[in-house]
Amino acid sequence: MATSRDIRTKISGIKNIQKITRAMQMVAASKMKKTKDRMFASRPYAEKIHQVITHLGRTNPEYRHPFMQVRTAKRVGYIVMTTDRGLCGALNLNIFKKMLIELKQLKAQNLEADLCLVGDKADSFFRSIGGSVVAKANHIDNDTGVKDLIGAVKTMSDLFVKGKVDSVYVCYSKFINTMVQKPDVIQLLPVTVSHTEKREYIWDYLYEPNPQELLDGLLRRHLEAQVYQSVVETLACEQSARMISMKNATENAAKLIDDLKLSYNKVRQATITTELTEIVSGAQAIEGG
Amino acid sequence: MENRNFNEMRGEQGSKAWMLADTLQLDIVSVEGLIFSGRAKMVVVSAYQGEVGILPGHTQMLSTVQPGEVRLIKQDGSEEYYYISGGFLEVQPETVTILADTIIRAEDIDEQLAVEAKGKAMEALATKKYGDYTTALIELTRAIAQLRVARKKRR
Repeated sequence: MATSRDIRTKISGIKNIQKITRAMQMVAASKMKKTKDRMFASRPYAEKIHQVITHLGRTNPEYRHPFMQVRTAKRVGYIVMTTDRGLCGALNLNIFKKMLIELKQLKAQNLEADLCLVGDKADSFFRSIGGSVVAKANHIDNDTGVKDLIGAVKTMSDLFVKGKVDSVYVCYSKFINTMVQKPDVIQLLPVTVSHTEKREYIWDYLYEPNPQELLDGLLRRHLEAQVYQSVVETLACEQSARMISMKNATENAAKLIDDLKLSYNKVRQATITTELTEIVSGAQAIEGG
Repeated sequence: MENRNFNEMRGEQGSKAWMLADTLQLDIVSVEGLIFSGRAKMVVVSAYQGEVGILPGHTQMLSTVQPGEVRLIKQDGSEEYYYISGGFLEVQPETVTILADTIIRAEDIDEQLAVEAKGKAMEALATKKYGDYTTALIELTRAIAQLRVARKKRR
């Protein structure tokens, strides 16, 4: 049985941890505001550019950009978005789970995967399980802009254009709300649009300048916008997941302290009772003698 | 968001409804956020080959946008001016989407700053103290274009 002194040290230790988790929760809460604002601000752009690309897919252009070329897949590229730091619940774990399922499916079809890792966590995870890593982008934080990702995006799009990989996906955490984040996989390349819908008439855009130049710029921008959006979503997810998990940790610490206090009091009472019994029985012995 | 769905719905029908409309749905977005979304009678943008005024019912067009002014006439006839640094323009018969790199409302342009930037750029060009000729030239064009938009607004 633990002595009261042991329990006291334990309680004070947990109290210290609770202070840290509470501070982290507050820091995450204030950062979350910023990252969320940023994510919501850039969402319209990503949606609109995607909409334009969707329209483009409905046209019958005489020119097909390399990004729109559909090939039978032999090798697949993945951009995996994780955070640099941990202590944000199951966020990164969910991404890895999703990736493992994807990789397993690829293996079943005899396909191979090239990975582009964003964030330190992905780096250490894939270092331990192995995998062909073609590019990395670390130190993702609130100042990360499109230009910090261009390198990674370019590696992937170059591989695609050269025919080294036949499709490119991005795996990231989608921000649903503060409580819910969902790992999501979207296809970046080739840019495809479902042709299921009925077309009423055949049309094409007027292109200024020529289609090649314009589509090149537009599709590249589209790619960047999608990747940028998934990064800011992941960042917003990170902060909210951290806030929630630190809140839970703080609450758990409080519960633990309550439990320990209870057993501390029990031990204390037990000691007093034993002492009293000893004294009383001692006194009785003297009186009797 | 609801607005967009409504438009998509109408677009999918692809009927002749747009031929009757006297306004078009205009969306201006940049990475920094949604800048404008609403009905407009006309929008004037500098496209690749020069300034274009787009009215409802325009044929489908995709173009790059040159740095310069974006002018839009709203449903009530009032006008708004923006400075755009570049981007893309998509025209559908009843919707126009401008994907801007950066865009500033004319009211928000810091004229003082633009004048300074123009002066600096001109000086750099005159004294040949620039890292890269094209960049310096782009700086200058940008400052001049911003000033033009800002002054037009004041008039």
